Amino acid sequence: MSSKVAKADFSQFPDASGHFGIYGGRFVSETLVFALDELEAAYQRLRKDPDFQAEFDHDLAHYVGRPSPLYHAKRWSTEVGGAQIYLKREDLNHTGAHKVNNTVGQALLAKYMGKKHVIAETGAGQHGVASATVAARLGMSCKVFMGEDDIHRQALNVYRMKLLGAEVISVKSGSKTLKDAMNEAMRYWVTNVEDTFYIIGTAAGPHPYPMLVRDFQSVIGREAREQCLTQNGRLPDALVACVGGGSNAIGLFHPFLDDEDVAMYGVEAGGDGVDTGRHAAPLNDGIPGILHGNRTYLMQDEGGQIIETHSVSAGLDYPGVGPEHSWLKDLGRVNYVAINDDEALAAFRKLTLVEGIMPALESAHAVAYAEKLAKTMSPEQSIVVNLSGRGDKDIHTVATIDGIGIE
Amino acid sequence: MSRLAAVFAKLEKNGRKALVPYIVAGDPSPALTVPLMHELVRQGADILEIGVPFSDPMAEGPVIQLAHERALANKVTLTMVLELVTEFRKSDQDTPLVLMGYANPIERMGYQVFADRAASAGVDGLLTVDMPPEEAEQPTRILRAAGIDNIFLLAPTSSEDRIKKIVSLASGYLYCVSLNGVTGAGNLDIKAVSEKLASIKRFTDLPITVGFGIKDGVSAAALAPLCEGVVVGSALIERLVATDADKTVEQRAALAAALIAEIRSAIDA
Ligand SMILES: Cc1ncc(COP(=O)(O)O)c(C=O)c1O
Repeated sequence: MSSKVAKADFSQFPDASGHFGIYGGRFVSETLVFALDELEAAYQRLRKDPDFQAEFDHDLAHYVGRPSPLYHAKRWSTEVGGAQIYLKREDLNHTGAHKVNNTVGQALLAKYMGKKHVIAETGAGQHGVASATVAARLGMSCKVFMGEDDIHRQALNVYRMKLLGAEVISVKSGSKTLKDAMNEAMRYWVTNVEDTFYIIGTAAGPHPYPMLVRDFQSVIGREAREQCLTQNGRLPDALVACVGGGSNAIGLFHPFLDDEDVAMYGVEAGGDGVDTGRHAAPLNDGIPGILHGNRTYLMQDEGGQIIETHSVSAGLDYPGVGPEHSWLKDLGRVNYVAINDDEALAAFRKLTLVEGIMPALESAHAVAYAEKLAKTMSPEQSIVVNLSGRGDKDIHTVATIDGIGIE
Repeated sequence: MSRLAAVFAKLEKNGRKALVPYIVAGDPSPALTVPLMHELVRQGADILEIGVPFSDPMAEGPVIQLAHERALANKVTLTMVLELVTEFRKSDQDTPLVLMGYANPIERMGYQVFADRAASAGVDGLLTVDMPPEEAEQPTRILRAAGIDNIFLLAPTSSEDRIKKIVSLASGYLYCVSLNGVTGAGNLDIKAVSEKLASIKRFTDLPITVGFGIKDGVSAAALAPLCEGVVVGSALIERLVATDADKTVEQRAALAAALIAEIRSAIDA
């Protein structure tokens, strides 16, 4: 497959104007350009500042609990009967997912920039919880924008955010889900742009967000690369991660992009099936366009309106995707595939029973694809799966599907 | 001379300011849009800004968000907006029409196709809220070749460097956002706007309209002397859809148009 791959110096992207090829950029109303310029300048300075990096590393070690283990799922691998499967255990992080790597980084940026107020958007509530968590720790006020429908679906996380001192703002416009929460967070930011820091939860949005979220999440791939070399003496043959906006996936993939022999698979939410149109898989079945400040693959209709997405996992239920993934797709460096709701639910149960590890429904998409992939490979080969989060938040959803009511 | 240039030249000669109402095409109903446009002109509008509905209108406050949602519920597309423009032009060849919206529906149609179709429908300008100058060079060239002005926003937060960059691409007029916020917000600060306008005028002779936060004759009259025109959106749309059970759609449209008449006399006084 490497013959098909266009060569690129991955470390040089995004370019100075925030583009990954034709993707990315900064499609926002004029009022916000000032804030993005300010953020970019601060980040360009701080990413080279040893004090900032030392504080970030310290927080990742002592607050998040890094490095996260790379766990050889032996029983599952044997049962599948193909490649050896390793799980990068982001589920063991404080707050239970990879999201916190990014919120720790962005909250630190906010602190160095002297901002006292942070805002965030959230779908499933994981990024909202991770934002409320770091805001509590740094004594900042935190407002989390969340679609009205999601507030009902994710009541537990709403209460968690409130316990952490955050204000949860119900978004009633549009489809009342994640994309509308992001619109509303942007609107709030436009109005309070001078003193507010917007913590975007995935590797999407206007430049410099896709870059800085990727950089903060790349700790996942750097650790995994080193752990593979120490534990196995060699790099893995394949990487697998789920793709919502794409932050856990780009975090795992990026440090391996130059390793030509490492194949990569980004797994989108296939919902009822990619051919049904009821899914959240823009890289499989979308068209490039402009939403939330960047050019990227989108779920849209003939007239350029964004269409509603469907997935059993709230964290993947987003019509866009980070621009770097769109670019990596077109380059052929990463393969983007889809896993349906049913397959993800089966993988959720399987990993729970076979390894005693309950994955988040988002991560279960990666687990399901890894199983398919492993079967096509030999026992001498290995796969690293990003287990981006734990499944506690999803027990209610799974119980409901099982017809069991738990309160 | 373009329709926009002609209107601003005539207004300047008469010592008057442009009154620019904003409505969303197809809100509250597609059948009402063209009659309403004509009525707004009769009540004193000089230029019409017609919103192209979008599923994710990121820069709009609640009133205009709902207008976009109603228009989309009426299945209004960019193609249909251009058809409404064609229809309007059958009986009004003089009033400039500016489409205002978001980049994605235009991207989806393609800039060249859009520019050709918009020009033949009779569109004079395009304002794409989420298209900053850095991304706008090619679209601007295509639009200009078709005789359509690319209208840009300037904000209270725009630096001098950005003002220079924007005026180098802009034509027709500039749209100065009066406040940090979304459409319909209430935090208008006349002194700050006046300072911003002065700094913009150091770099350009283009006419400048001011919008966001203009609600009535009083706020419009306070701003008009500082610029070449005022834009009224949310306040107009609020009247258009006021849930007054005993009023017909046509009566509400008349009420909305009456606001334009009120503002007209306030800024002419
Ligand atoms: C556990 C987990 N994994 C993955 C995602 C998807 O986000 P991303 O694609 O940015 O990693 C989420 C989002 O809520 C999540 O909670």
